[in-house]
Amino acid sequence: MSASRPARPRRVYDVAVVGAGPAGMAAAAGARQAGAERVLLVDREPETGGILNQCIHSGFGLHHFGEELTGPEFAQRAFAEMVDDGLDVLTDSFVVDRDADDELSVMSAEHGVLRVAAGAIVLASGARERTRGAIRIPGSRPAGVMTAGLAQHLVNVRGLLPGRRAVILGSGDIGLIMARRLTLEGIEVAGVFELLAHANGLTRNIVECLDDFDIPLHLSTTVVEVHGRDRVEGVTVAPVGPGLEPLLDRARFVPCDTVLLSIGLLPEAELARSLGARIDPVTRGPVVSSTMETTRPGVFAAGNSVHIHDLVDFVVEEAQLAGRSAAAHVLGGSAPRDNVTLVPGENVRYCVPHTISTDREHTVYLRVRRPLERSWLRLGDAYEKRLRYVVPAEMVTVKVRPRFLEGFSSEALRVDVVPREEG
Amino acid sequence: MSARGTIPREVDVAVVGGGVVGCAIARALSQFELDVCLIDRETDVGFGTSKANSGIIHAGHHSASGTLKGTLEWAGNQQWGPLADELGIGFERVGDLTVAFDEDEVATLERLRRQAVEREVPGVELWDGPRLRREEPNLSPEIVAGLFAPSTGVINPYEACFALAEDAVANGVSLLLDAPVHSIDVVPDGLALGLPEGTVQARVVVNAAGLGADRIEAMVGLHTFDLVARKGEEYLLDKRLEGLVRRIVFPCPTPTSKGTLVIPTFDGTIMIGPTAVDVDDRDDLTTTSDGAAQVLRAARRLVPGISPGDCIAEFAGVRAVATTNDFVIGATEVPGFVNVAGIQSPGLTAAPAIAELATRLVAEQGLALSPEPSPVPFERCPVPVRDLDGATRAERASADPAFGRVVCRCELVTEGEVRGAIRRGATTLDGVKFRTRAGMGRCQGGSCTWRVMEALSAETGRPVDALTKRGGDSWLVLRREDPMIDGATS
Ligand SMILES: Cc1cc2nc3c(=O)[nH]c(=O)nc-3n(C[C@H](O)[C@H](O)[C@H](O)COP(=O)(O)OP(=O)(O)OC[C@H]3O[C@@H](n4cnc5c(N)ncnc54)[C@H](O)[C@@H]3O)c2cc1C
Ligand SMILES: Cc1cc2nc3c(=O)[nH]c(=O)nc-3n(C[C@H](O)[C@H](O)[C@H](O)COP(=O)(O)OP(=O)(O)OC[C@H]3O[C@@H](n4cnc5c(N)ncnc54)[C@H](O)[C@@H]3O)c2cc1C
Repeated sequence: MSASRPARPRRVYDVAVVGAGPAGMAAAAGARQAGAERVLLVDREPETGGILNQCIHSGFGLHHFGEELTGPEFAQRAFAEMVDDGLDVLTDSFVVDRDADDELSVMSAEHGVLRVAAGAIVLASGARERTRGAIRIPGSRPAGVMTAGLAQHLVNVRGLLPGRRAVILGSGDIGLIMARRLTLEGIEVAGVFELLAHANGLTRNIVECLDDFDIPLHLSTTVVEVHGRDRVEGVTVAPVGPGLEPLLDRARFVPCDTVLLSIGLLPEAELARSLGARIDPVTRGPVVSSTMETTRPGVFAAGNSVHIHDLVDFVVEEAQLAGRSAAAHVLGGSAPRDNVTLVPGENVRYCVPHTISTDREHTVYLRVRRPLERSWLRLGDAYEKRLRYVVPAEMVTVKVRPRFLEGFSSEALRVDVVPREEG
Repeated sequence: MSARGTIPREVDVAVVGGGVVGCAIARALSQFELDVCLIDRETDVGFGTSKANSGIIHAGHHSASGTLKGTLEWAGNQQWGPLADELGIGFERVGDLTVAFDEDEVATLERLRRQAVEREVPGVELWDGPRLRREEPNLSPEIVAGLFAPSTGVINPYEACFALAEDAVANGVSLLLDAPVHSIDVVPDGLALGLPEGTVQARVVVNAAGLGADRIEAMVGLHTFDLVARKGEEYLLDKRLEGLVRRIVFPCPTPTSKGTLVIPTFDGTIMIGPTAVDVDDRDDLTTTSDGAAQVLRAARRLVPGISPGDCIAEFAGVRAVATTNDFVIGATEVPGFVNVAGIQSPGLTAAPAIAELATRLVAEQGLALSPEPSPVPFERCPVPVRDLDGATRAERASADPAFGRVVCRCELVTEGEVRGAIRRGATTLDGVKFRTRAGMGRCQGGSCTWRVMEALSAETGRPVDALTKRGGDSWLVLRREDPMIDGATS
């Protein structure tokens, strides 16, 4: 076409990090520390910090900074730890995909469509919330049904209120935190309704956000219908039976104008998928090795885009590793390949990373399916460790040391969390 | 809520109902030298049944012989091609497959094939198992044969309404929204329509009020048909399943229903549905757990790879079915009052042909139709950024930075497009959503809602707490009452 068309801008980096939440910032810092000279960090939001910017409650950074910070404070500290001359930060910029020339295509008002060539990529794109469609709540579709995270954004960042009387469906952490926030804002919270027999959020949040504010938590109860034509007018709730089927004869109407959904987060794994990385059907994030490399060589991932974390400190730890590994991929000197696949066994929903190497120490994160008072963590026949109270809502962290696996020679290592008898 | 648009005192034709049918009629009339107004009670055109359906432009071999709907269906199918082209709206002849699980059903397919030949529906072929599996590998292995009809298409029905109405307005039609017609009086030389804030006097009234058409008719003292409200639920699946089927898949029809379909919508999302259940309440747009179970079961029978976890959204639409089970189109005893009612499925398909017929009926009421000497050509919406190649995207973004800023990440919609949609008439969150797809993707607006609200507020000058999801009382946020806090941006 016309000769006057502006050349499409293009930039070259050693490592490009997608997403500037705590994972992205830690990955960028990790890549720089490990010697990557030119690092790019991109985020679609106008500011770095990711989801932390709307988490104005405290409870971040106890492990990493040794004190309890609010989300924005944590983000600020992480930013300060990260900034240096070899790092470019692009905000208000959206990474669309990787084009035919294997370059990332980044859209922004400032640069239009920027092409980014990178020796390695770290995906740190966080998570998105599950929506109403995912659980198919019957009823009408009025205004006022929204995810808890959107409500959190409206209240904490924009200074607006989502309604006057709210019902919260699901007991995920964001919902619990929003129950407290809304109460503090003068909005009545009619209750938190959870389908399962146990809460999905951290115990700390149940105590501090519900109990302390006398907000009722109804376990084994769900919303069976949303009412209202234009705006929510109420919901019908019903207890559920052992097969989670609603017991409609015990249904009741709860008037409200707002329904917040806190029914879980899903890794934002679209970019990983489009780059051809294998996705774990359980975590819904990419399958990763012990260096946080996906099945696509040179593409690494960390944070909520891999699996949902409850504590930012572990996000940082995992992401620093991803950043360092990405640098090593570019500079040469990657760690030897993994030789053992972790296989989730009894009462284990998933393990991350998916593979490890018997010659190094690893941190393995896992989630259980069912709560257990006292349990054993077993790594095949090779190793056994006592665990205290485990619940699905709280990630279990295990250090796996080479000596645990001495003499272990198989390729698959089964991970179980089994009940431990009295004693 | 007050009506939007300037209420004209006198017009030649008032079209009541801004669904796809009313919009098509208004547009057809706008090609002549007539004063026309298009009236709808909703806040946007197409917000009745026309935005909540399967979006299929049927080929014309499914419907029963000897009906008006059957005749207008095939005529409409033929007209949508050039019309969609002219209006630049999403329409593609993806073709459909009616599938058979056993020999009895194969016999039904054979009967449908003969019907297609009689009606001169071209290209209809019977495919055997191996051919089917080659063309559509994800179909159930238990399917033994399929009837392929290449002329069936998919359309974005709401886009059709917006474009038809916009073209009508560009050619002089006055559009009145948030304007329920509550009375019609017979006056000398015409009919006077009562609106919340005034009256419009029209020489001819076209009653295209969908589910409200019997009430509109009653306003002039007529009772020529009865309506049954028949609800259909539809479920949308995650975009990841794009390409699961390339053609619309129908089960073998039963005497009462076309059944539950698997539909590759124009935008690539797979949709499954609809159900067909008679309901007492015409406003009943609820989805139900029975409906979901029924749709999923039926869809999985056709395409086993679909799973309940793939649903990202659901909706319901209500068909206005006349008890004669056919369209009710014609003049009435009341001079100047024309019915275009009972427009059940395939009303979307038939709409352009219905408009042609309605135009003739309007002329028969004594209005001279002289072609508009200088029709305004339609200014199409620009091609969505998500459909542009990298180089063209870059060009668009460097010409206007707003086309570089991504507002909706799931569907790749830029701020430039959102603002464009608002300038073309969107005033609500749903208005923007149906024009741009912002909020239609897998996160269902979780991440773009605020950005769209900001754009709506900036373009319309209304504070965010005055914005709605889709008009009426569908408010979105409240302002903090605490005077110490500098709350909402406006
Ligand atoms: C409500 C809530 C409360 C929490 N409370 C606590 C707590 O009290 N204590 C604690 O320790 N932890 C808490 N956590 C957990 C922890 O903070 C999160 O797990 C962590 O923030 C996840 O970090 P991340 O970087 O992976 O994702 P995010 O913070 O979500 O960052 C991802 C970033 O990627 C960007 N992005 C995504 N895709 C693209 C793209 N294509 N192009 C450009 N940018 C993109 C996004 O805009 C976002 O900024 C909480 C989490 C939530 C949601
Ligand atoms: C689930 C489902 C699936 C379908 N699938 C298909 C398909 O695949 N293909 C196909 O061809 N057809 C399909 N249909 C049928 C198709 O959607 C309808 O035939 C078509 O939309 C009818 O258009 P309409 O303009 O007559 O009605 P509507 O779109 O309902 O328009 C009528 C308008 O009148 C307005 N109105 C009513 N009363 C008043 C009043 N008093 N004052 C002012 N305004 C008023 C309403 O607000 C409304 O906007 C389907 C229908 C359903 C429900």
